[in-house]
Amino acid sequence: MTLLRVERLHKSFGGFEAVRDVGFTLEAGERLAIIGPNGAGKSTCFNMIGGQLRPDHGRVLLDGEDITGLPPRAVWRKGVGRTFQIAAAFGSMTVAENVQMALMNHHGRARALFPLARELYREEALALLERVGIRDQAERFCSMLAYGDIKRVELAVALAHDPRLLLMDEPTAGMAPAERHALMRLVSAIVAERGIAVLFTEHDMDVVFAYADRILVINRGRLIAEGPPEKVRADREVQAIYLGSTVESPA
Amino acid sequence: MTKRRGLLVAAATLAIVGATASAPAGAAETIRIGELNSYNRFPAFTEPYRKGWQLGIEEINEAGGVLGKQLEVISRDDGGTTGDAVRVAEELVVREKVAFIFGTFLSNIGLAVADFANQRKVLFIAAEPLTDALTMAKGNRYTYRLRPNTYMQTGMLVEEVKDLGKTRWAIIAPNYEYGQSAAANFKRLAAEKMPGVEIVIEQFPALGKIDAGATVTAIEQANPDAIFSALFGGDLAKFVREGTTRGLFEGRTVLSLLTGEPEWLDPLKDEAPEGWIVTGYPWEQIDTPEHKAFVEAYEAAYDDYPRLGSLLGYVLAYTIKAMLEKAGSTETEAMLAAMEGLVIESSPTGSFYIRDLDNQATMGAWVGRLTVEGGRGKMVDWRYVDGEPYMFPAEEVRRVRPDLQN
Amino acid sequence: MDPGFFVVQFLNGLATASFLFMASAGLTIVFGVTRIVNFAHGSFYMLGAYLAYTLAGIFMDAAYGAMSFWGAIFLAAVIVGLLGILLELVVLRRIYDAPELFQLLATFAVVLIVQDLVRMTWGGEDLLGPRAPGLKSFVLVAGRRFPEYELAMIFAGPLVLGALWLLFHRTRFGVLVRAATLDREMVGALGVNQALLFTGVLFLGAFLAGLAGALQLPREPANPYMDVNIIVEAFVVTVIGGMGSVTGAFLAALLIGELQAFGILVFPKITLVLAFLVMAVVLIVRPYGLLGRPQAESHGAARAGAGLAAGTPLQRGFWLALLALLLVLPLFADEYSLKLMIELLIFGLFAFSLNFIMGWGGIVSFGHAAYFGLGAYGAALLVHHFAWPMEGALLAAPLVAGTAALVFGALCVRLSGVYLAMLTLAFAQIVYAVAFQWVEFTGGDNGLIGIWPASWAASRTVYYYLTLAVSLAGIGLLWRFLYAPFGYSSRAVRDSAIRADAIGIDPRYQRWLAFTVSGIAAGLGGGLYVFSKGNIDPEVLAIPTSVDALTMVLIGGVETVTGPLAGAALLTLLKDFVMPLTLYWKMVMGVLILGMVLAFPKGLVGILADRLPALQARPAERERPA
Repeated sequence: MTLLRVERLHKSFGGFEAVRDVGFTLEAGERLAIIGPNGAGKSTCFNMIGGQLRPDHGRVLLDGEDITGLPPRAVWRKGVGRTFQIAAAFGSMTVAENVQMALMNHHGRARALFPLARELYREEALALLERVGIRDQAERFCSMLAYGDIKRVELAVALAHDPRLLLMDEPTAGMAPAERHALMRLVSAIVAERGIAVLFTEHDMDVVFAYADRILVINRGRLIAEGPPEKVRADREVQAIYLGSTVESPA
Repeated sequence: MTKRRGLLVAAATLAIVGATASAPAGAAETIRIGELNSYNRFPAFTEPYRKGWQLGIEEINEAGGVLGKQLEVISRDDGGTTGDAVRVAEELVVREKVAFIFGTFLSNIGLAVADFANQRKVLFIAAEPLTDALTMAKGNRYTYRLRPNTYMQTGMLVEEVKDLGKTRWAIIAPNYEYGQSAAANFKRLAAEKMPGVEIVIEQFPALGKIDAGATVTAIEQANPDAIFSALFGGDLAKFVREGTTRGLFEGRTVLSLLTGEPEWLDPLKDEAPEGWIVTGYPWEQIDTPEHKAFVEAYEAAYDDYPRLGSLLGYVLAYTIKAMLEKAGSTETEAMLAAMEGLVIESSPTGSFYIRDLDNQATMGAWVGRLTVEGGRGKMVDWRYVDGEPYMFPAEEVRRVRPDLQN
Repeated sequence: MDPGFFVVQFLNGLATASFLFMASAGLTIVFGVTRIVNFAHGSFYMLGAYLAYTLAGIFMDAAYGAMSFWGAIFLAAVIVGLLGILLELVVLRRIYDAPELFQLLATFAVVLIVQDLVRMTWGGEDLLGPRAPGLKSFVLVAGRRFPEYELAMIFAGPLVLGALWLLFHRTRFGVLVRAATLDREMVGALGVNQALLFTGVLFLGAFLAGLAGALQLPREPANPYMDVNIIVEAFVVTVIGGMGSVTGAFLAALLIGELQAFGILVFPKITLVLAFLVMAVVLIVRPYGLLGRPQAESHGAARAGAGLAAGTPLQRGFWLALLALLLVLPLFADEYSLKLMIELLIFGLFAFSLNFIMGWGGIVSFGHAAYFGLGAYGAALLVHHFAWPMEGALLAAPLVAGTAALVFGALCVRLSGVYLAMLTLAFAQIVYAVAFQWVEFTGGDNGLIGIWPASWAASRTVYYYLTLAVSLAGIGLLWRFLYAPFGYSSRAVRDSAIRADAIGIDPRYQRWLAFTVSGIAAGLGGGLYVFSKGNIDPEVLAIPTSVDALTMVLIGGVETVTGPLAGAALLTLLKDFVMPLTLYWKMVMGVLILGMVLAFPKGLVGILADRLPALQARPAERERPA
């Protein structure tokens, strides 16, 4: 069944059209990658789905429900978890507390005045950290973590409310190649066992072709190709875009 | 990363406990008197005032003190706010164990300390606050005042011009209690003494922030034939300069409260506005023997000439002496009884007494015209106006004073 | 009315605007580049006037003609500019890495010091300077006299604006200044000597302040209140224009100058509050001022705020001991000590409430006095006009303040950073103006007296215990909230609003709630305060009250829980100790505050936390977030 349907999404900043009439669908449990050169509009697209940006026009439907223009917190409540291109975590809290914070929201207790926050949903948080492989870092402050570990914290946080859909904006940016694959293997395993769909952007073509079920290619704000990895790999237009662009390394 | 730390709080508490243990023992040979004023915030007026009372107290002590004891004044800065002032007053009464307190400059601080005195049953002699409320609507039996209040001084000025036939008046006053009550008093007294008077414009610039050009133009546009001003300090100087250049004062009578006081007149130098009718203090021209002696002593002590504040402080010291001698003790009730109707003879201001009805002294003020002579402003055609005829009518005092309401 | 009047009044407005602009230009430039909210700008302005007075006296006695006057003005401005360099080298340079508001506190300490230094040097009396040679007279405009000097000054403002434009567009220094205003990090990345740039900018800012002050001399005597009178207006102009925007400051000055010139015709008392009304309206409509831009958010990772840890047994023991000491204090302390302790506890609650949003929510308030004062006024008015008993009034105090916080907070939390802080200030000043002006109801600036405790609490000891119980309950609750999900949510928004939003927290709503809770607590303190003093007047709502609270928090340690309490205790006791010692107690306080800022840039408790690892609870906590 179709979990996410994006229709004619459009956004311009001043005179610059960042995303032009992009539309696609995402099936439940599917791993869909958006690729494209820098400035193609990937993050803008993400931010419109996640609620950080309001589209000029177009619609975002989650499981048939129109969520266009809802603020991020409302999108989150509909069952969408997300990670950011530049990892965002609460630096003054420990790793465990970051996840607990998300759990408190999930359980509707984020504004409680009296319980001790650090004791709330601690076991659940530790279990999530265990699952993403940073259980041993639970008591460290996020501001002290290596960048790769913060990405994992974000993942655990995004998983806290049993999402149906994960939005991951460059989940492996800033990581060493081995680390990238480790993280993506982990993500694949988790989403498979929980039946979560994933929409992700990625620069590393190795990662994209290894882990995406399907790929969307965006250039200058337009969707130019779509399909399974082999088909996209063979697309002339895509090759033209990436040809000579040594920054990216098409497989 | 722990945050729960409060060693300092503890240290602070211990410091207080320590200080308590060493509270001063009341010395038997002196009469301890508390004094507080806004020395830091309003030095232009309070410094001469302090020199005045210091001179008076020294003279009294050299002459053998009062009741066989020396006077010891414990003086404090009142912080320039009511919050600090009430705390300082408390410190004087509790820690320093003073017999009574005097001082204050700002009206709100005077009222707050007066209320404190009422609450703690301590005698308080207000030196300089001008607000009518201190001896009227917010008066109490523990609070007295020496200086002629706004109502009295305004009355003296109105008396000077009531026969001039000026009917279109402008009012300019700083936007706070003193200015507002000066304006209200003027309107009331003008209506009483000058039938047919019309107030054509009122301007109340925030204290210290007069927009002089715009204000002068606005007054000019209203075309009054006379102006009543309660400005002082920087606002006055700006208004005078701007008004003089623009010709606002030409052909217009100007009444101005306090402008003849050296504190506010001298900074204007040769730009003092000629012809203004003012209350003030022509210290260099007053030649009663008592006043001459005061000026000589003052100049000898400080190598400076006296301001109005100096005179008030000095007279206050002798008022204290007279009060203590009459009371014969430093019991509050005895001192209060002594203050009732207390007569102060041979003061540099001439003799005056304290009206027991409203605890206001009948001390007067000098009223005259301003001129410029030798590069500085000077009062001419002045006379000393005794305060008594200008005090609030007795039945009005009985009506508004809370302590006379039963 | 005749049109001539409007022309002249318009010119009056232009002249005022010109002066306001010149007094504000330096402030906005300094802020744009260094992000320092420079309180000392007003001191520079005042020094400019005094120096010009002295120099003009010397030069004109020596009779060098008209040039001597203008020479004195220029030289005064240059000297003040050099003092700006001194400030940068001696003070600011040492604390660029400290939390942002520390520079503000340092410059505030400088204000206190300069105030007393000016008094020592020039005395307390107003010093009327000479009129400007050649501009002493008037010209006729529409049949009315208009002073030549004012006319000249109408052109001086645009002239300064033009000179600054040239400087910014035609010199390397100016280009760097503009670049730094847009993006501070970028300039650092370009390999520019940032220290030198800052020094240059401080010179320019102080020079302009000194020039404005010196040019004021022919209109206003040099007087010891100039600094405070101008600094607030300059801030307002800067904020309305958009911080960092010189052109914006010019437009804002025009707006205020003209509104004032014509406003006084309709509302003769408007000067008290006009500027703040304009600022509030502008900020509500345009959250970054007329020509300002959103400040580039310093990235969350670069500077994480403080975290929280569980207390150790040792700490619990300490707090219990302190509590026991406070409980037995009346047995051996005199009435005055109790009074001081009452004050200390109340200010402790007040400062704690401020840090509840400032340290733990990232919301800086320059107007926290509003909620403290509204609590106090709420209680006082209920007692005075409606004869409420003390108990009821004390309960109502936090509600009155909380309601105001709810309303003002809704508008404030839409903004961020300095703009938010200035909007809180605007609201505080508007409340102040209402209390000041509504004489029939509030008693005006004389305030209300006779607000004493109920008879059962009249004894000092009983009132001490009442204060102890109520303020500790207030502090205790806030403290608990910090450790509860509510406090964590506030902190989450402070750390990363985007992340908070993506896990279901509405950042604005959370900030609004925290602001309101903080206002309620401050109001509770205000209620206790009014009954301890017996009177209330608008001073309690004024800027110094807000600054006191800020000082307490910063001195104690903004990134700590107990810092505000330590700061409140220290400041209250220091003031009590220093005030009777010397006439120049403000300078002594200034020096002490400055010393503490330089010695303990993390605040006293912050330093203790770093220096006493033995008290640390868990090993992991030793790593403070950088």
